[in-house]
Amino acid sequence: MEATVTTAATKENIWDGGNEPLKVSYGKLMMWYFILSDSLTFCGFLVGYGFTRYKFMDTWPIADEVFNHFPFLHGVDAPMYYVALMTFILIFSSVTMVLAVDAGHQMKKGKVATYMFLTILGGLVFLGSQAWEWKNFIQGSYGAVETRGGSILQFVGEDGKQIALSDFSITDPNREDVSLTRAKGTWFMSGSSAPTYSLEEVKAGFEANPNLRIRTQNTTDAKHKQILSREESLTRLNDAVFVVEGANMIRNEYGHKTFANFFFFITGFHGFHVFTGILINVIIFTNVLLGTYQKRGSYEMVEKGGLYWHFVDLVWVFVFTFFYLV
Amino acid sequence: MASETAHHSNTKRIWTVFILLSIVTIVEVVLGIFKPESVHHVHIFGLSLLNYIFIILTIVKAYYIMWAFMHLEQETKAFRWSVAGTLSFLCVYLITLVLIEGDYVYEILQTQQQKWIF
Repeated sequence: MEATVTTAATKENIWDGGNEPLKVSYGKLMMWYFILSDSLTFCGFLVGYGFTRYKFMDTWPIADEVFNHFPFLHGVDAPMYYVALMTFILIFSSVTMVLAVDAGHQMKKGKVATYMFLTILGGLVFLGSQAWEWKNFIQGSYGAVETRGGSILQFVGEDGKQIALSDFSITDPNREDVSLTRAKGTWFMSGSSAPTYSLEEVKAGFEANPNLRIRTQNTTDAKHKQILSREESLTRLNDAVFVVEGANMIRNEYGHKTFANFFFFITGFHGFHVFTGILINVIIFTNVLLGTYQKRGSYEMVEKGGLYWHFVDLVWVFVFTFFYLV
Repeated sequence: MASETAHHSNTKRIWTVFILLSIVTIVEVVLGIFKPESVHHVHIFGLSLLNYIFIILTIVKAYYIMWAFMHLEQETKAFRWSVAGTLSFLCVYLITLVLIEGDYVYEILQTQQQKWIF
């Protein structure tokens, strides 16, 4: 017990040892300093994101055009709603956590258990939401083409709204660049998978639809992406070399290549923290049910786990601002 | 320490902070969706006024999470600032240097031969 919850033994001379000048136990102190160092790690990531964004200021994707999905609202432009919902889920699980800590101070075992359970539930819902967000991001919804120089070209209709490749591409039955699968190979071989539409099919579809325009990555003074005229679009499309659908670590349909990498890295690392937070909470929850802390006479472990959980929420507040809002 | 805070409950304070955090988040989301021209297109030191508002609101949220939820307001002053002070100083320092560098690289990309990736 002495090892897990330290209490100041002596009230004698400050240099005699055994006292706590910061009036905080060893475990809590170290949890705080761990949080401090972990915050700096996240600060480094977000600053790295900021650096890249400043470097490619004119061409960086606009976040609310990328993250505009909401469950059961197919095709409806819902910018930010989903991330806002995720933020609320995490803030609310923070509230239940702090209520658990509060109940722990009053040594109410049942209440601590209930609130811990709700916190774990909130964490799982958040993690599930993040998985859904990743799924949408990886699948993509419109598709684009990449030029020889590495720029992404998206397709828009006359109203300036993005149009999916599947809406205008002309399917060619004699298409050549099909995926090489085992069934088609002469030996047990497979190659990289071909996109749903080949570049020729996209080009043919684009030429057949006079309403279509190309949207480049350049941001105009009005803070929208530049839309080329029909003639410019047709010449620009000749530079295309790849069809890009969704996102991976190499290229993505949203714009700059590093955008997807930062998205996976920052939200992934945060999601990993949520995951470990849930694990820690499950262990503490089990111990609450077993009565470990009741016997120990202190629910400080709930408080320490709580600190970590709030930290996860704190980081999300910053990720939300710098990835989705700014 | 647990024994000192064991007597009273902070439930009221917790819910007040929750409502505050919710209001701030809603304001952020509404501003983020509508992006009012009067703030979005006004720039101070190259950064849109809207972004300043977002950053200030985020710091307000961070303050309430750390002070109320993480109980920093109940800790001793020395401990509180050994965490919050160190973190704020190092973050501000890093952000300032790296963003200035990022802006410099952007300027270079505008004038140099290499236009896209470097």
